[in-house]
Amino acid sequence: MGFVSVKEMLELSNEKQKEIWELVYEDDYNERNVSRQNSWEKMRGMWYAMKASSENYDGKIRSHSGLSGGNGLKMREYGEKCISGSFMGSVMAEAISVAESNACMKCIVAAPTAGSCGVLPAVLIPYVKKYNTEEDKIIKGLYTSAAFGQIIAQRAFIAGAAGGCQAEIGSASAMAAAMLVYLQGGSGEQSANAMAFALKSLLGLVCDPVAGLVEVPCVKRNVIGAVNAVTSADMAMAGIKSVIPPDEVIDAMREVGLSMPAALRETGEGGLAATPTGVRIAENMPKLGDM
Amino acid sequence: MNIFDILGPVMVGPSSSHTAGAVRIGNISRRLLGDKPVKAEIYLHGSFALTGVGHGTDKAIIAGLLGMETDNMRIPESFEIAVKEGLEYSIGTVNLKEAHPNSVLLKLKGEGGRELEIIASSVGGGRINVEEIDGIKTQFSGDYPTLVVHNEDRPGHVAQVTSALSHHGINIATLKLFRDKRGGYAVMIAETDQPIPENVVKWIERSEGVIKVTYINV
Repeated sequence: MGFVSVKEMLELSNEKQKEIWELVYEDDYNERNVSRQNSWEKMRGMWYAMKASSENYDGKIRSHSGLSGGNGLKMREYGEKCISGSFMGSVMAEAISVAESNACMKCIVAAPTAGSCGVLPAVLIPYVKKYNTEEDKIIKGLYTSAAFGQIIAQRAFIAGAAGGCQAEIGSASAMAAAMLVYLQGGSGEQSANAMAFALKSLLGLVCDPVAGLVEVPCVKRNVIGAVNAVTSADMAMAGIKSVIPPDEVIDAMREVGLSMPAALRETGEGGLAATPTGVRIAENMPKLGDM
Repeated sequence: MNIFDILGPVMVGPSSSHTAGAVRIGNISRRLLGDKPVKAEIYLHGSFALTGVGHGTDKAIIAGLLGMETDNMRIPESFEIAVKEGLEYSIGTVNLKEAHPNSVLLKLKGEGGRELEIIASSVGGGRINVEEIDGIKTQFSGDYPTLVVHNEDRPGHVAQVTSALSHHGINIATLKLFRDKRGGYAVMIAETDQPIPENVVKWIERSEGVIKVTYINV
């Protein structure tokens, strides 16, 4: 089920004269043995849940640990003054807001994981606002992002515990970049290049959550994932090509992940988690029995 | 992996393994108990014990025991809801040898007196594994309709169950057998491609030598 390589997917797309979204859409309803409508409505549900995760953001609440909350509101208020312009300002604000909602036990869409849930909505919501994108097109864009995510999961991994943050924020960023190219009217090959740029730029990123929680640095890393997706999509739309083919980039991410020590794969024992401040925060966390 | 494992699930945060997976463990345990739980002893192991409070793992398991799904907005309030619904619970830690880091031991009692002891683990991305039921190793995910038959370890029980399923056109995807000792207490786990009708489950339950039957279809 699904594709094992980007190359194979692009070849089939050319051969059948079908876009990428159509190939994975057909594959999904066939594999799960459901109606076309079931698959489509489920994807529409993901888009609605992403929008809701942004709309339901509450800048006043804090996470149980007290480490997260309120920064999405600061960024939303700062918006227009952004050095990188108001579009990028919104992307940053959405990324922090959705990731903070996640830390505060609110409803989000894991895409591909809960820790990286801010990346896709962060690029999609401001994009749709700017270009007035039709809903059908958005859903096709989400199928496109899932197509690339599935190949990354197949060839490498999408969990921080398996391959570090490059596997979570890196994969989310790659999926978002491929989706943006589709929405901009780019080709499948351009989507693949955007995916490769995004993944390459975050290659080697470690998973080092302070106190083992999906908060520090995860919330702010959603920002780099989202911003990186936009710049990667723009490079691909400008006609720039990845020297290393997309499949080989995914394989490199896998190799880097496999060679990462366990301390840098979600155990909360290395990187930022092991700094004096990180250790102090972990020691002061509420534990079972303190309640 | 299907595309909605990549884009999805819709879930209450913050962690697919420590929150969404924990909800699913609670939920499947309730179904395996086959009764409304009134008492639950929860023992967290490994990473669940270390970071469970910060990830809401404790609230998530209770929410699942109350029948909530991973996207229920009331998961953060599950402690209060448990009190209202008459679920008495306690939360502690345990060191389960050689268990997956995200594991929990649950001791449950239902309204009608049914009891169940279960060890389950959250293996990533919200997927789970039921490791042990009533002290017997099991290993199933709950992704398929699953029939769990507790019986005396005597010849003919497997044939009884498989023929009952085949009579109703139900295809068995996987079948696993476990027992504590020869002629002792045995558990049979069948994952099926089609849901099993209630009357078939009841029929198996009434068969000779069968101690307990639980069926889940998530």
